[in-house]
Amino acid sequence: MLDRPGAITGAVSTPRQHDSGHKHVAGRAIYIDDMPEPPGLLHVYFGTSSEAHARIAALDLAPVRAAEGVAAVFTAADIPGENDISPTHRHDEPILATDAVHFAGQPIFAVAARTRDQARRAARLANVTYEPLAAALSIEAAKPAGAMVTEPLTLVRGDADAAMGTAPRSLTGQMRIGGQDHFYLEGQIALALPGEDDEVTVYSSTQHPSEIQIMVAQTLDVPANAVTVEVRRMGGAFGGKETQGNLFAVVAALVAKKTGRAAKVRPDRDDDMIITGKRHDFLVDYAVGFDDDGRIMGVDMTYAARCGWSSDLSGPVTDRSLFHADNCYFYPHVRLASQPLKTNTVSNTAFRGFGGPQGMLGGERLIEEIAFATTKDPLEIRKLNLYGPGERSLTPYHQAVEETTARDIIETLEGSSDYWMRREEIDAYNSRSRVLKRGLALTPVKFGIAFTATHYNQAGALVHIYRDGSIHLNHGGTEMGQGLYVKVAQVVAEEFQVDIDRVRITATTTGKVPNTSATAASAGSDLNGMAAQAAARTIKNRLIAFAAEAWDVPPDQIAFLPGRVRIGQQDVPFAKFIGRAYMARISLSSTGFYKTPKIHWDRAKGRGRPFHYFAYGAACSEVCVDTLTGEYKVERVDILHDVGNSLNPAVDMGQIEGGFVQGMGWLTTEELWWDDKGHLRTHAPSTYKIPACGDRPRVFNVRMVHGVRNSEETIYRSKAVGEPPLMLAISVLHALSDAVASVAGHRLCPRLDPPATPERVLQTIDRLRAEDAAA
Amino acid sequence: MRNAIRFLLRSEARVLRSVDPTMTVLDYLRQVEGLVGTKEGCNEGDCGACTVTRVRLVDGGLRYEAVNACIQFVGTLDGCQLLTVEHLSSRDDRLHPVQQAMVDCHGSQCGFCTPGFVMSLFALTRHTDHAPDDAAIDDALAGNLCRCTGYAPIVRAAKRMYDLDPRADEITAREAETISALRALADDETVSVEKDRRRFFAPATVEALADLVLAHPDATIVAGSTDVGLWVTKQMRRPATVIYVGRVPALARLAETAEGLEIGAAVTYTDAAAALARYYPDMGEVIRRLGSVPIRNAGTIGGNVANASPIGDSPPMLIAAGATLHLRCGAKRRAMPIEDFFIDYGKQDRQSGEFVEKIVVPVPAQGTRFRAYKISKRFDQDISAVLGAFAVRLEGETVAEARIAYGGMAATPKRARAVEARLTGAAWTEATVRAAMVDLPQDFQPITDWRASAEYRLRTAQNLLLRLFIETSDPNTETRLVGDREIAHA
Repeated sequence: MLDRPGAITGAVSTPRQHDSGHKHVAGRAIYIDDMPEPPGLLHVYFGTSSEAHARIAALDLAPVRAAEGVAAVFTAADIPGENDISPTHRHDEPILATDAVHFAGQPIFAVAARTRDQARRAARLANVTYEPLAAALSIEAAKPAGAMVTEPLTLVRGDADAAMGTAPRSLTGQMRIGGQDHFYLEGQIALALPGEDDEVTVYSSTQHPSEIQIMVAQTLDVPANAVTVEVRRMGGAFGGKETQGNLFAVVAALVAKKTGRAAKVRPDRDDDMIITGKRHDFLVDYAVGFDDDGRIMGVDMTYAARCGWSSDLSGPVTDRSLFHADNCYFYPHVRLASQPLKTNTVSNTAFRGFGGPQGMLGGERLIEEIAFATTKDPLEIRKLNLYGPGERSLTPYHQAVEETTARDIIETLEGSSDYWMRREEIDAYNSRSRVLKRGLALTPVKFGIAFTATHYNQAGALVHIYRDGSIHLNHGGTEMGQGLYVKVAQVVAEEFQVDIDRVRITATTTGKVPNTSATAASAGSDLNGMAAQAAARTIKNRLIAFAAEAWDVPPDQIAFLPGRVRIGQQDVPFAKFIGRAYMARISLSSTGFYKTPKIHWDRAKGRGRPFHYFAYGAACSEVCVDTLTGEYKVERVDILHDVGNSLNPAVDMGQIEGGFVQGMGWLTTEELWWDDKGHLRTHAPSTYKIPACGDRPRVFNVRMVHGVRNSEETIYRSKAVGEPPLMLAISVLHALSDAVASVAGHRLCPRLDPPATPERVLQTIDRLRAEDAAA
Repeated sequence: MRNAIRFLLRSEARVLRSVDPTMTVLDYLRQVEGLVGTKEGCNEGDCGACTVTRVRLVDGGLRYEAVNACIQFVGTLDGCQLLTVEHLSSRDDRLHPVQQAMVDCHGSQCGFCTPGFVMSLFALTRHTDHAPDDAAIDDALAGNLCRCTGYAPIVRAAKRMYDLDPRADEITAREAETISALRALADDETVSVEKDRRRFFAPATVEALADLVLAHPDATIVAGSTDVGLWVTKQMRRPATVIYVGRVPALARLAETAEGLEIGAAVTYTDAAAALARYYPDMGEVIRRLGSVPIRNAGTIGGNVANASPIGDSPPMLIAAGATLHLRCGAKRRAMPIEDFFIDYGKQDRQSGEFVEKIVVPVPAQGTRFRAYKISKRFDQDISAVLGAFAVRLEGETVAEARIAYGGMAATPKRARAVEARLTGAAWTEATVRAAMVDLPQDFQPITDWRASAEYRLRTAQNLLLRLFIETSDPNTETRLVGDREIAHA
C-alpha cells in the first residue's frame, strides 16, 4: 500500500489491492458453485442438438425420464411465459428448441436429477429424430444468400469511390479474422431458489443482473418484481456473461418454480464452450486509395461477420467494428458497411472490445498494405495518417477527434522502445540468421468509450451509513475480477474521507439497485463510480446542513477530513459525527444516479457522437519466428497506455497487462475449429490454447501515461480501461507479419491473417517465398 | 488385503471403506469434505484451478507434488497427505507467505484460478529454496491458466514469496509428525475397496499386481490417470474395476543397468525426464513441454506407451532411441523392441492379463546425434501436431544408422523407413537430407484435424529433418525459440 501519510487508506488514485484478494488466495472467496447447497437441490443438465440445422421429427424422452435419479424433464412446452431470451427482444432465440435446431449444441430439453452426474448421464439418453436441413456454417457459405440476423450498418462520409478513382495508387484485398472463446475460468452457472407465490431468487454468474431478471420474469410470466437476481463475483466474464448467462438462469428458475426445489445449472467446460457464443469471426473486404507518400485518400471496407443462428448482440457488435475501422487514422473519403450474417453455428456475442478489435485489425491491415506498396516502414505510414488537425479530425461517424493523444503516445513510445535502433538491429539479425527471423511493430489504439445504445449509459447506486459509522455500498456494476468493486469503494471512501475498510462492498442485486445496465463497454467505473459519488454527495450534503445547524457554523467551514469532520474549529471523529446525525434524525441512506452526458447517435444517418471520449494506447512488440516450423516467441513488448487520472493504478495495470495477453492469445494460438458437420472441435483447454505463463512476453515493459487527466468530466477524470488494452496486442500480429515479410526481403505484404498459429505463419512464409521466387 | 483407503487430509486421518473407484479428488473435496476452495475449471487437468499438493513418503522424507485434483481418483491418495488451499493459512488465519505474496503483487483478479496458482507456487517453495529464474517459474506455472492477469503479477509474486520465508510455515513445523503418521499408513497390503459392485485395487507388490491383472483382465489399469481421468470426466465411462499401480515400489524403479536406463512402468514423467535428459537432453525438454508439472508428477512414461495414442510424445522418442518394452503376464515376462508394440490405431501387442512392467532405454552409441522436436500450437502443455525423434549415427561424414520416428503423422507412432533408407549409407549433407525430405510422404499420409492440417504436418515433419541437419552440421545457426537455446548436446 502506498497511502499518503495522514491520509485515508484506499483513497482514489492509490494502488489499492483487490478487495477480495485475501479471499481469492485462501480459497475463501465464494463463487456460486461454492455456496452451501440447499436440501433437495436439483441439478439440471441440457440435452443438446447433434445437428447444425435440422427439423426435429421426433423427440423421445422416455429413457431420460427413466434414468436413475431423474426428477423431471422439461421442454419448451413447459415454459409458462415466452420461450425467448433474445437480449434485443427480436424473438429469435428460443430457450429450448421447438420444431427445429439451428446449431450443433443447441439445447432441446433440460433434465433435473438428484446429482449432477445423474443429470449429465440422463441428458445423453434422449432419442431425437432429425430431418437435416441445409446448413450455412461459414461466412463464405452464408454470404451468397446474405441472410442477416439484424440490420446492417453503413457509414459514409465523402465519396470513397471517387476518391479511389482519382488516387495515384490503390489496392484491394481480403482479411480473415478468427473468433475467440472467452475461456472465463469459472464456467456458466445459475442457482435458483423458489420463493413464496410467484417469487424466485436467482444467483447467476452474470454481467447483467437486470437482464437476467427480465428474462426470468418473461420466461415464468411473472412481473419483474417477483424476481431477484444476485451476483457477488464472477470467475471471469470478458463479455461472455453479458447475455450468455440468460439460458442457464432462466432454466434454473423454471425448474425451481416447477418443482418447488432449488435448482442449479452448471455445464461441464466442454458443454459450456459448445453451447455459448464467442467473439465474432469476420471476413473483411477492403479497398484503399492513397498517394505516393502513403497518405490515405479513400477507403471502402465491408465487414462480414459470422453471427451464428440468432442476433444476440451482433447488431451493436458489428456496428462497433465499423466505429473502429479507422483506429487512429483519418479517412478523407470513406464507406464502411457491416454484414451481420446468419449461420448455423453458435450465436456469437460480446467479447472484450465488442467488434472494435476486429474493426481495428482491418484499419491496421490497410496501413500495412500501404507500407509495403510504398516501401516505407509501417510506423511512418501510421504517423502520416493520424487524425488532426482541423478538417482531418472527423471520424467516419462524424464525431471529431479533438486531442493529439495518439500522436503523443506513439512518439513517446517510439523513443522509449528504441524503435528505429531495434529496426536496424533486427534487419542485421535477419540477414545473418538462417532459420530464426525477428519482427517488430508499433501499433496504436483508439477506443471509443460509451455504450452505442445510448439508453444503456445510465447507472444507479445505493449508499447507507449505519449509526456506528460503517458504510454499506451497493451499485449496479458487477465484479468479474476487473476491480470495479474496489474502485467504486475508493470513490465512496474518498467522498467521506474514511478508510476504505469502513466501506462494506456488497453483492450486486436487482433488489437494491434496479434497471441497471450490463457491466460492459469498459464503462463500469465511469458509470457506477459516478452514481456512487452522487449517492455519497447527497448524504454528505444532508450531513453538512445538519452540522451547520447543530454546530451553528457556516457550511463552508465544514469539511470531511481523513477519519473526521471539521466543523468550524472542531474535529469530530467520523463515527461519532454519524451517531450525532442519527440522533438528529438525519437520513443516512441515499440512492445515486448518473447518465453519461453529451452522447447521441442517429444510426439511420450514421451520424452523431456515440462516444463520450476516447481511450488511447500504443504497443511495440518484437517477436522471433522459426521459419522451418512457423513457431514463434514474443520477445519484448513495450506499452504506453492512457488511463487518465487512474482511480487505482494497480488495478489498471492489471487490466493493461491482462488485456494485452488475452488479445495476444486471440491473434496467435487461440483457434476455433469446426468440422464439416458444424461441430466445434476445440471445446476445452486441451484443444483450445489460451496463452500460458511461458507465452507472456519475455520482456514486458508496461507504463501508464502520467499526469494526463480525462478532458471529459469522468469520475476523478479517470478513463475506462477494461477493453482498450486488448487491442494493444495487434502489435504482436504485425510483428509476426514483419518477421515473415523478411523471407521475401520485405517486398511482399504477407497478409498474415489471425489467428497466426504456427501453421498459419509457416503457410504464409511458404507462400511469400513462392511468390517472391516467381516474381 | 485391506478394505480401506487411508490418507491424511492436512493432519487429520481419513479412512474410506466404500468409495466410488473413479471418484475424483476434486469431487471428494468439494462434495464430501465441503472444501470448496479448490475449483473446477476444466475437469481435464488442463487449467490447473483444481491444483492441490499430494505429499508422499519418499526415502524417509516428504515429497510435495502438485497434482490436478480433477483427474486423480481418490484411491490414489492412499498413504499420502493431501494439502489444499485451505490448509496453507495458519490456524490463526494468517495468510501463508505464498498467499501474501500473491495479494501484495496483485496476482489475482477474478480469483477463480488463484487457489490453483497458490498451490503450484506452494509446491515450488518445497522444491527450491530461492527465487528461481523466469523460465523455471514459467515451467512451475505452465499448468495453471489465468485469463485475467496475463501472468506478469503472478510471476512477480513467485519471486516476492521468497522474501517472505515461505517454508517457515505450520506445514514444515509439523513435518516430523506427518512423516510418522504416513509411516503408520504404509503397508504391503493390497488395497481393495468397493462401491455399487465397482472395485478399486491398489496392490503394493508387483506380484500382487500381476495376480490382479490376471484375475481381472478387463480391469482399467491406472498409473497417473492423466488420460484415464478424462475417460471418466469427459466420456463418462464407468470402469467396473480399476487397478492402480502407483503403490508398487518395483514399478517406480529407475535404474541404470548394463542394458541402459531402466524405467519402471509407474515412474512419473518428472522422475524419468531428469534421468533421460542426462543421455538425451531433448527428451528432457520434450517431456517438460508435453505436460505441466502436475501432469508430469502424475503421468508416466509407461502409461504413455501402454495407452499407445498416436499423439503420445514418448513413443516416437523411445523408438528412435531403440528402447525395449518389457511386458509381464502373471510370472511370465517377454520383451520386444518398443516399436513392435504399436500394431494399429487402438491395437497393441498386449495380451489379456498382461501389463507393461518396464522400459529399457539404451545409452546412445558413440557418434549418435539424437534430437526430438515437439510441434504444437502452444509451447507448454499442448498435444503435439507433430513429434519428430531422430537418432542418426555418423561414422565420419557418413550415416551409419538412422532411426527416425514420428508421432501425429499416422495411426500409430511410426518409423520413417523410406527416410531412414535414404539416409543410411549416404553422406551427411544437406543434399542428402533434402532428398530424404522428398521421401517422407512415402512414409506418412497424415490427417487434417483441429491441431493441424495434413499439409502442415507433412511440411513440418520434412522441415524437422532440415532442422536436425542444421543443428548437427552448423552449431552456430540459431534454431531454438524455447528451452535451452544453446544446444547442450552434439
